[in-house]
This record gives sequence, C-alpha cells and structure tokens, in this order.
Amino acid sequence: MGTPGGVPVQRNARILSNGALAMLIFSFAEVMLFAGLVSAFTIAKANALVWPPPGQPRLPAFETAFNTLALLLSGFFLYRAQLEYWRSKEATSAPVVVLQRPAAAARTPFLISILLGAFFVLFQGTEWVALLREGLTIASSQQGGFFYLIIGMHAAHAIAALALLVYAYRQLTHGNLTESLFGASTVFWYFVVLVWPVLYWRVYL
Amino acid sequence: MAVSVGSEPTAHEDHHHEQSFWSKYVFSTDHKVIAMQYMATGVVMGLIAGFFAYAFRMQLAFPGMDVPGFGIVTPADYVSLVTNHGSIMVFWVAMPVLLAAYGNYLIPLMCGCDDMVFPKINRLSYQVFLLSAIVLVASFFVPGGGFGGAWTAYPPLSAKAEYNLTPLGSSLWVLAVALEFVAFLLGGINFITTAMNSRAPGMKMYDIPVVIWMLLIASILFMLSVGPLIAAAIMLLFDQNLGTAFYDPNRGGDPVLWQHLFWFFGHPEVYVVLLPTIGLTADIISVFSRKKLFAYRTILYTAFGTGILSFFVWAHHQFISGIDPRMAHIFTVTTLLISIPIAEMMFVYIATLYGGSIRFTTPMLWALAFIGEFLIGGVTGIFLGASGADIYLHDTYFVLAHFHYTFFPITIIGFYGGITYWFPKMFGKMMNETLGKIHFWGTIIPFNFIFIPLFFLGMAGQHRRIYNFEHFPELATPGLQNIRVFATTALLIMLSFQLVFFYNFITSLRKGKKAGKNPWKANTLEWTTESPPPHGNWPPSELPSVYRPPYEYSHPDREEDYWPQNVPN
Ligand code: HEM
Ligand SMILES: [Cu+2]
Repeated sequence: MGTPGGVPVQRNARILSNGALAMLIFSFAEVMLFAGLVSAFTIAKANALVWPPPGQPRLPAFETAFNTLALLLSGFFLYRAQLEYWRSKEATSAPVVVLQRPAAAARTPFLISILLGAFFVLFQGTEWVALLREGLTIASSQQGGFFYLIIGMHAAHAIAALALLVYAYRQLTHGNLTESLFGASTVFWYFVVLVWPVLYWRVYL
Repeated sequence: MAVSVGSEPTAHEDHHHEQSFWSKYVFSTDHKVIAMQYMATGVVMGLIAGFFAYAFRMQLAFPGMDVPGFGIVTPADYVSLVTNHGSIMVFWVAMPVLLAAYGNYLIPLMCGCDDMVFPKINRLSYQVFLLSAIVLVASFFVPGGGFGGAWTAYPPLSAKAEYNLTPLGSSLWVLAVALEFVAFLLGGINFITTAMNSRAPGMKMYDIPVVIWMLLIASILFMLSVGPLIAAAIMLLFDQNLGTAFYDPNRGGDPVLWQHLFWFFGHPEVYVVLLPTIGLTADIISVFSRKKLFAYRTILYTAFGTGILSFFVWAHHQFISGIDPRMAHIFTVTTLLISIPIAEMMFVYIATLYGGSIRFTTPMLWALAFIGEFLIGGVTGIFLGASGADIYLHDTYFVLAHFHYTFFPITIIGFYGGITYWFPKMFGKMMNETLGKIHFWGTIIPFNFIFIPLFFLGMAGQHRRIYNFEHFPELATPGLQNIRVFATTALLIMLSFQLVFFYNFITSLRKGKKAGKNPWKANTLEWTTESPPPHGNWPPSELPSVYRPPYEYSHPDREEDYWPQNVPN
C-alpha cells in the first residue's frame, strides 16, 4: 500500500471475494444462455399445431417434482454450511482469509448438500434411460430435441458444479478452504439450484 | 494462484527469478505478455482476412481473373472468402485486439495493480482463443472447403450439408466461434473482477479512466448477450450433426429463430467492439488537446444507457424476414433512439477539443479520424433503421458500406490509434512520426475511396452477395463496373500502405528513440512505471496510490500542464 508523500490512502472496500464476484458474473452469462434456450423452446411450442407431439411419451412431471425438492434442499443445506463457515471465520477474527482449522460445523451440511445434489443428477439419469426406452430421443421430435438439449445442459452444469463443490469440500476438510473458492463454488451451485425450478416449470409442466 | 484471494496486491513469488523463454513468452501468466499474444494473433488473423478481401474484391472488379497469389476464384471460393473475411474481422480481429489485447494490457496498468486477479484463467483464455483460431484456419483445408454461408450463418443454409456443401467446414466454423466465446467469457470475468476488486488505493469509481470503463462495459455487454448465441450455436451444431430439427421448418423447427438469437447477440456485439475504441479515443483526445475531458460522467452514463438500449434493437436486421410490421415499428423507434447517445459522445469529444492546445501526433490523428469516419457510419445507420427505407436497402452494398464505416473506424483506426499511443509504454521506444503520418494518410484516404462508392452501388440496388455481376446484365453496365474497379484499386492502395506500418513498427522497435516513463506527459497510472513495465508492473513496494481523476490537464494552479493521478499534491 503505497502512501508516498505521507498522505494515507485507503484501499478500496470490496463487496465480494474475487471468486464469488467472478462466478456471479459468469452466472449472469449462464442465465442468459438458459433464457435463450427456454425462449426458443417456448416459441417452438407455440408454433406447434399439437403439443406434445403425437406418439411421444409424457415427461415424468410428478417424479421430477420430487427430485426438484431434493435439489432445493441441497441448496438449503449449502446455505447452512455457508452460515457456519462465516461464523467460524468471524471467530478466528484474523485478517487471514485462509481458514486454518477445519470448520467442523460447516462440514456436515456441506456434505449433505453434495449428497443431495448427486442424488438429483443420478435420479435424472434414470429418468433419461426410461424416456429413451419409451422412444423419446434427441432426433425423434421437437420435444425430444429441446428436452435433451435444455435438461442436458442443466445436467452438465450440475455435474461441473458438483465437482467444484467436492473439491471445495476436500479443501475444507484439510483446513485450507479460501473464501474465494468457497464463494465461487457456492455461487455456482446456487445458480444450478435456482435455475432448475424455472426449467421444470417451462419444460415439464 | 487461480483462485487465490488476493485482498492485498498479490506479489508474485517468482518476481525476480530468471524465467526460461517458454515460461516468459509462451506460457506466461503476465497480463502484458498475454495482451501481446492476443494482439499478435489478432494481427495475423487480420492479415489473413485482408488477403481474403483482396481476393474477392479482385474477382468483383475483374470477374474470372486469375488473381495473383490466389488463382481463379470459384463460386465456392468466393462465398467462403467473404464468409470468413467477415467472421475473422469481427471475432478474431476486433474482439482480440480491442477487447482482449487492450483490455489485458491496460486494465491492470491503469488500475495500478500488478496483474489480473486470475492470471491462470487469463492464460487459459488466450490458449482457448488460439485453439479457436487454429480450428477456424483448419476449416479452410478440410474436404469441401471452408464454410460459405455468410458470417451471420442463417439456417437452413448453414444447417444442412445438402445446401451449403461444406459438411465439415460449417461444423468447424460453429465450433471455432463457440470456442472463441469461451475464451472471451474467461477473459471478461477477469477484467471485471480485476477492475472491481484490485484498483489502486484511492482510485474511486470516478477516478477510473474512460478507456477502462468502456472495456468493462463492453465486457458486461458481451457477457449478457453471448448466452443466447451460444444456445443458438449448440442448436445449430446439433442440427448439423445429431439429426435434430431446431431450424428445420419441415419438421416443426423455425429458421427465423436463429436470426433472433444471432442478432440478440449481434447488435450488442457491435457495441462491445465500439466501446473500447470510444474509450481509447477519449484518453488520446484529452492528452493531446491538453485539456480535461469534457463531461466525463456524462460519457459513462451515456455508455451505460447505450448498453442497455443495445439489447432492444436487434430486429432492425430482420425487417424483411417476415416479422410483424408493428414489431418493425417498435424496432425502428429504438434504433433511431440509439443514435442519440452515440451522437452525444461525438459532441462531447468535439467539446473536449474546443479551445485545447491540440498536438497533431499520429495517435491524435487516428483519434480524430475515428470521430469523422465513424460519424458517417452512424448516420447511415439511421437510414437503415427506418424500416421503410430498409426494405429497399436491406442486403445491398449500402448496408455493407454502412457497417464498414462503423467497423473499420472501430477496429482498424482503433487498433492503430491505440498502438501508436501505447507503443512507447509497450516497448520502451518511440515510433517514427513521419512514417506514422504517411501510413495514416495512406490508410484513411483510400479507405474512403473504397466505401463511398459502395454506398452509391447500394443505392443503385446492387445486392450484397453476388459472385459475378456479368450474370446480371442490368448490374454489369460499364458505369457500375467502373465503380467496382475503382473501389478495388483503392483497396490495393490501402493494403500496400500497411507495409509502411510494419516497417515503422519493426525499425522503431530496433532503433527507435528511447521513450522514458511518460513521453506524452499523460496522467494515468501506466505512465508512472518503466517503459516497458517490469513483471509485476511496479516494484511491490511502489505500487501507486491515486489522488485525483485521470484528466487534470492544464490545471490553472499548476506550473506543469498535467497532474498525474498518483502525485499527492
Ligand atoms: C456501433 C457501430 C455499428 C456497427 C459496428 C454496426 C454494424 C452493422 C453490421 C455488421 C450490419 C450488417 C449486418 C449484416 O447484415 O451482415 C449493420 C446493419 C445495420 N445497422 Fe449498423 N452498426 C453500427 C451502428 C449502427 C447505428 C448507430 C445504427 C442506427 C442508428 C445502425 C443501424 C443498422 C441497421 C438498421 C442495419 C440493418 C440493415 C439491413 O440489414 O438492412 N447501425 N450494422
Ligand atoms: Cu444492429
């Protein structure tokens, strides 16, 4: 912090850690990606004479509602983990952002969150297998194309975000989870969780 | 380092270590080296795209000619040449040079920090970009040749190999564009985070130089607009390769959907490339008229306003695609509205010049030329924005001349303005002013001689995408053909004058006068360090602090006519 001439200058305050801010910006771009996909799907549906296309299976809306719940719960538990993390960080009260001791209280909700997220992805996988068996493929109709495109895109994001969460969890257990990494992984997962109900509403219902 | 926190200026451990050639120039995480990599790649791609322009303009002026250095231009060659000329100029020249090269070079230096907050992501960004360029260039050499469905890639032409006859080329083109977007997403995240979280102590929002603001707003616009196009590109790739029918009307798809998604990105994209040049013009003009920039805050608010409005004009590209005429009215209104903030910025620059002690250095000439030439582009846009006029003018050479009067000032003038201004900082040497001026006039005069005639061809009804006008007797009259020959000749002159620049660049690099820290007597922080700046930009103990806004020139209380941001009093 240079203070030439003896005039003290304050370093600028920052609202978010680098990781959280970066991931937030990235998430805005992602929101627009899904907005593009969903609006394209909405237009395709509106243009269709009959919907769903004849001879195509119905999407499992009920089972997926249950799965949606699992995903939302996962987001909730991650939030609990975050609260614990912040609390333990305040307790250390040092300016160091690297957490020295494993924040034990944050670990359990963090782990539950990851497990619920993994459950969500696996459950989706079993749904896909069933739908493929019933004849809904990516090339079979507009419905099939958009379904696998949009839901598959979400699944890809969910898997990437889970990988990041697992990595962050390992750092936490080793006692060196930085605020930046934690911020980035939680923001990404919140994005995956929060965009899902919109997709469920637009695609399944 | 990738996700370190860096609440303190992140001092690199490797500051004083001897680095190997590879880690210093090829796999470096230094923002300055990455900026140079982006710039060099952009210039090489620019030469390729310039060569393409030479080849197809020769074909237009002298149909069927054996073009020296290229050969006979077949119809398939022609469409591929124009398609890739446009794609390269927008995605592989304008974007990397203006946004990535200047953004990478200037943001840490002008914000007074030692590097980007995520140096490794920054390096990854360049590597993905390089890969995208390689994929695109490779697409010219696959069986069937490069994609020829225009830079806008409208389906069904782009979606079906039966129509475009380039089964591999078209998929590689989409893939290359998608990779390029990934690179700029990674870069943009870095830009915004760095400028928000790592500015020098004391640098408040309104102390940030305009060029940095513009790079940031451009990055934000890019982030917010690119999503739908990525969605569209994935759908196109699926249509091409997986048998989906998103754009196939025979199977319930909608080809116009692509146009909406493309232009939803496409129009904000023109502001993505415009804003960096608007920004560096502001800095150059203020420095070389030795005057405070007029209405600094107004420029910022205007840029934000333009950015928002730019998301609501896209359908002016689709007036004749069959959209509802009532909708066309709405887009006419928004399009006419958006010319107001642009005009306002031009007036602000003129007001800055007014009463200044103007120095006609080479960078200043480029900056002034930008104002004059871009004005023509903006004004002709208004004609196209009126849906009634556009029904006639759409897809004629009028449109082509319009967007060259915008893109050329933005990309080429912007590049030369920036490089002549920051060359002393980048390389520690001064460029030769005489050669710089010869190059300037040798570029600007032929540029107008190329494109003014094309407005007239467009008004005469000449369609944009015709390979050989001899096939259209009413368009092949000697009068019209002479204009084409004239424009092509001007292009040849303009291209040959670029050699002066490269000669100047290389000789200045080797034998130029030493520049010193601050040859232009400018205020912003990059001029407070060595030229070229060391790794880490400043010695870790000497990172600058900021005490005032960036444009305090000719302050009445000061003996010197400039007042650097980092000087306490
Ligand atoms: C920021 C600088 C600008 C750039 C880089 C730019 C670029 C372009 C490009 C590339 C196209 C042609 C796309 C194609 O069909 O291949 C175009 C068309 C158009 N531009 Fe601009 N433009 C700019 C400013 C403006 C302004 C200020 C206006 C209006 C006030 C405007 C109005 C239009 C309209 C209406 C068209 C559609 C013409 C048609 O296809 O019939 N542009 N512009
Ligand atoms: Cu536009």
